[in-house]
Formats: sequence, structure tokens, C-alpha cells
Amino acid sequence: MFFKTDQLQHLLDNLQAKGYTCIGPQVRHETIIYDEMTSVEQLPQGINDLQQPGSYSLNATNGSKYFDWANGPQAIKPLLFLPKEKLWSSAQDADGKISFSAVKHEAKKLAIIGVRACDIAALKIHDSHFLQQSFIDPYYQARRQDLLIIAVNCSRPADTCFCYSTGDGPFVPSLLKQGADIVLTELQDGFLVTAQTEQGENILSELALQESTAEQRAESERIKSNASKQNRQLPKLDIKSRLFEELNNEAWHNIAEKCLSCGNCTSVCPTCFCHSENEVPELDGKSSSHYREWDSCFGQGHSYIHGITIRSDTSQRYRQWLTHKFSSWVDQYGRSGCVGCGRCITWCPVAIDVTESVAQIVEKHHD
Amino acid sequence: MINPATNPYLPHEATILERIQEAPELFTLRLKFTESEIQQSYKFEPGQFNMLYLYGVGEIAISIVSDPEGSTEEGDYSIDHTIRVVGRVTRGMNNLKVGDHIGLRGPYGRGWPMQEARQKDVVLVTGGLGCAPVVSAINYIQQRRDQFGLLNIVQGVKHSDDFIWKQRYDQWRELPDTQVLLAADVGESLWPWHIGPVTVLFDQLKFNPQNVCVMMCGPEGMMKATCDHMLEKQVAPAQMFLSMERNMQCAIGHCGHCQYGDKFVCKDGPVFSYDKISDLFDIKGF
Repeated sequence: MFFKTDQLQHLLDNLQAKGYTCIGPQVRHETIIYDEMTSVEQLPQGINDLQQPGSYSLNATNGSKYFDWANGPQAIKPLLFLPKEKLWSSAQDADGKISFSAVKHEAKKLAIIGVRACDIAALKIHDSHFLQQSFIDPYYQARRQDLLIIAVNCSRPADTCFCYSTGDGPFVPSLLKQGADIVLTELQDGFLVTAQTEQGENILSELALQESTAEQRAESERIKSNASKQNRQLPKLDIKSRLFEELNNEAWHNIAEKCLSCGNCTSVCPTCFCHSENEVPELDGKSSSHYREWDSCFGQGHSYIHGITIRSDTSQRYRQWLTHKFSSWVDQYGRSGCVGCGRCITWCPVAIDVTESVAQIVEKHHD
Repeated sequence: MINPATNPYLPHEATILERIQEAPELFTLRLKFTESEIQQSYKFEPGQFNMLYLYGVGEIAISIVSDPEGSTEEGDYSIDHTIRVVGRVTRGMNNLKVGDHIGLRGPYGRGWPMQEARQKDVVLVTGGLGCAPVVSAINYIQQRRDQFGLLNIVQGVKHSDDFIWKQRYDQWRELPDTQVLLAADVGESLWPWHIGPVTVLFDQLKFNPQNVCVMMCGPEGMMKATCDHMLEKQVAPAQMFLSMERNMQCAIGHCGHCQYGDKFVCKDGPVFSYDKISDLFDIKGF
């Protein structure tokens, strides 16, 4: 089906009428971030981005498209798995008795607009990690269960994107119930649209939809084909096995000489889930709060146990990150932890390219 | 709202029934949940651990040393933890007294293979100070001595002054078909046992390599040396069990700190058979 560009505001209005808080991409701090929105005017219309290893900038174009840019530093990870959140609090009475109370989660139905294929793939990985293992994470679950996702297929990948090579993009898979409720493809004068869930169908039923034309479908195919031509790709080798065969490869040290161990890559990675738990007592001593906060395997404290730091140097930390992401992850979650979004490349302050790192390690030949 | 009853992050209050000073920096807390319903439904296996919470300071992972079937005829039991003072939380816990309260959630992880070890010879190797995880296995066997074969208790310490629980080892030595072997890397003049690494004791072990269960806990170098020796003796890697330690914050496989190859130590361990971890075990940095 197809709807004209002017229907986009109706879509937002309908979602709000149904009690959803709409979240969408907006230009802020010279990047595109996802935050609450009520009007299509807040979308990054006529904006595109220039991304390269270690660099990111936005440019104004004369275009009229709203979504003609590649992902910024964050999209939906911080909305479901908060960078910092209170898990519970405790209080101690005069007799020393301790009581515990879990944080009450305010029920807020979120509708996120403009989610890209890579982030839908990442969402499914987080669903698997937080909801489908031995323990269910109630904080993630509370946000996840009311979530509505309106995905947008990518039209203009960045230089750092490689989702085509991981199989996660540039278009959202056309199968049903794969994470998105509605999938949009932005054309010159409107959007091709499909619903992938019942909720998605309900919402679309209230818009003025038209049958799509063969010409529109051909335009979408052209967009897909162009967006699949990406500058970067992962080596077509058995990365999972090769990384663990190359644990002593000197390339780990060469990469580590450049790496600042800053953890930017893990912050922007849509699948990294490490977090620390921290206690913040109130000054009066009567109560205390227990928080969790994103943590990074690049930090000194991540591997600390009673006086020993298991990964004291950067090469060990980079190896930990890469072997987990591309190898152990497959055993744990049934697929690689990399969705090809390229954020770790763009946002690395020293321009380390993860596709190059993997290639250097797995392609190295020994005679 | 998140239901507190199904929130795996939420501790429950427990009371300190008894505090035992084991050594200058080592103490045991015997705990019981304040709510009897929680206490009654609480079941664990030797080698599993709990998250203990010190009010206003934070949580730590500590192995359970008491017997899973209770210490009295009525099956009443306390949940005991032997704790070494190493960081902020344990230093604070060291100051707690009988009747004080702490937070407790658990049990977590996979413990020792006590069922699998039945009718087999058992070798328990520990290194370092008061290695609590292995003590839980020794206590378990002591209570059910006739269900196991020959018992070898091997303990290595860095310095003879580090040796604690002499009485307890003397008591274990009196158990039927049991030998206790001790070694110190550095021994003072009155140290009556071996001097050297724990491996110097291995030739004295008595067990049937085809029917043995080896359980170990301590520095990874010591555990590696033990595994190598056992492999030489033709013991199957699946019959060697190691209690692993990694940074743990959530204990439920979510926080990522204890990730070890394709495992999370908190839920896939802390006790692993050697065949499950031998790929990575000797490699620094994992």
C-alpha cells in the first residue's frame, strides 16, 4: 500500500490518540537522536549525513525526504535498556531492619518512528538476552511489552554501514512479526507501507491508503538496490571459528596500540548489554538506592575480582569485545552480535574500523 | 508496576544468627531469611552462591557453605557464608553483629556434582585461604561419608601462617578412608607438612582414575596444574570440576561481567567440568 506524505502527521496524531507517546528522529547536538515528538516538522527533513571512521556531520539539502540519512549515534537501545536506571531501593529503620522496594515503572506506551533494519535486528538480540534466557528482566520487559515500532527502510547508507554484509539490512525483512509493526519506504511523494503485526494493521486502517503502483514498487526496489551497495563488508570467512584460532595474533596488539579503551564503541553498539550495579545511599542514611548503569568491557573495572584485573591491557579488552561480539555471541544467542550498523566505526575517536580489525585477524595467513 | 515477587534483582531481608571469626580477615555469617515462607522455600546445592547485600554499600557474590539438607534433625538450617575481607562490601560486613540484618538473594548458578560423585572416589584440591566453595563439598561428604569412595582432601597455602581451620582438617583426617594432604609454598620451621606447591602432594593421592570425581577451587594456575596431573593419570576431563570466579554484579546472566567464552560464570557455572572450559582455561585475559 501507499500513502502520501501529508498522511504522516495523521499517523502521529492517530498514535497519540491511542495513548502512545511518539518517539522519532530529530536533529539535536549536531546529530540525529530519537526523542519525544508530536509533529512531522520535528523530523530531520532535507538533512543528510556524512559519516566516516571517526567523523560525523550533518548537511542541509534541498530535498524533501524525512528519512534520507543513516543512523546517528543512538536509536532505540537507550529507550528500552536505559543508560542508567534505579532498580530498587532499600530503607533501614531504627532497629536496623531493612525493607526493599522495586521501582514502580510508569506505564508509558511508546511508538518509535523511523527505526532502521539494523536496530530491529539489535532489538531482537536484546529481546533474546533480557527476556528469553533463564531470568526475565522485568525492567526491560515493562518497556518492551507496550512498544510499537514503525520502521523505515534505509535509502542512503553511510560510508561506515555494512548491514548488507551481516544480512540485517538495508531493508527490514518482509516476514511478519520480526520486530516491526509497520514498515515504511520513503519515496519522492509518499511512503510505501506494510503492516507486520495486528497492531500495525489497526493503525494503518485509519490512514488514507492507496494501492501502490508498479512504478512506486520499482522505485522502492531501486532504493533497496542502491542502499545495498555499501563501502564496507565483513570478510566472507568463518569469522566465528577463525577469531578463536587467532587469539595470539599480533594484530590484537597493533589494534590496541591505537585503541584508547574509551568504550565509545560499546556505548553506541545497539547490542552491547553490559551494565554495572551501583549503590547510592541517601545522605540521611535512612534509605539507599540501587542503580544499574551501562558498563563497558573496555573499562579497567569490568574484569576486576578481589585484587586481580583479568584484562589489564587494551589488547585483551579489544579481543574480549571482538571475540564475544562475533564468536561467543553465536553460541549464546544463535547469531553474531554485530548487526552492521557501523556506529562503532563512526564514533571511534581514533577511527578504528571493526570490519578492518576482523579482516586483519581472520585473514592473516601463516606459512 | 514490576512485581517484586518475580523481580530477580530484588533482595530479601535476612538476619545474622551467628558470626564466627575464622581467622583475622575471615569470618562466617550464619543467616536466615526474616520471612519464614522464603526461608522454607529456599533450596540450594553445595557450590551455588548467593548475592549478599550490605545496606547502603552494595552486593557481592558469596558461596554457600552450609548443608543443603539442614544441620538439625528437623531439617532446619541456616544459610552460611564464609567471607574474606577484600573490598568495601566485605569490610563493612565484617563489622556486622548477631541480630543485624542484611539483604540476600539466590541461590545462583550450578554447584558441585554431588549426585554424580556418589560411589566414586573423590579428590578435593584447594589453594588459598579458606576456600569456601570446596568446604561446602567436604561438609556434604562428611555428612554422608558412606555414599562416597576414598576421600582425598588437598590444601595448598602460600605461607604456613595462612593455614586456618587446623581443627577442622584434623577432624576430616579422622573420617574413614580419608587422607588430608597439606602443603605451604613457604613454611615456618614448625610446619609439619609439605613445603612447595600443592602439586608436590599429588603422588600421594589414592583414587581409581576410572571412578573418581575431582573438585577444585583456588588460583587458576593451581587448578590448571591439577587438571594436567589428572589428565596424565587418565582421568576423564568430564570428571574434573572447577569452581570459577569472575566479576559478578547481577548473578542472573544479564550484566555481562562474568562472560567467559560462550558461558556466563554466574549461571552456567560457577562450577564447570573441565571439558566445558578447557579451550579458554589456559589463556590470559578471558
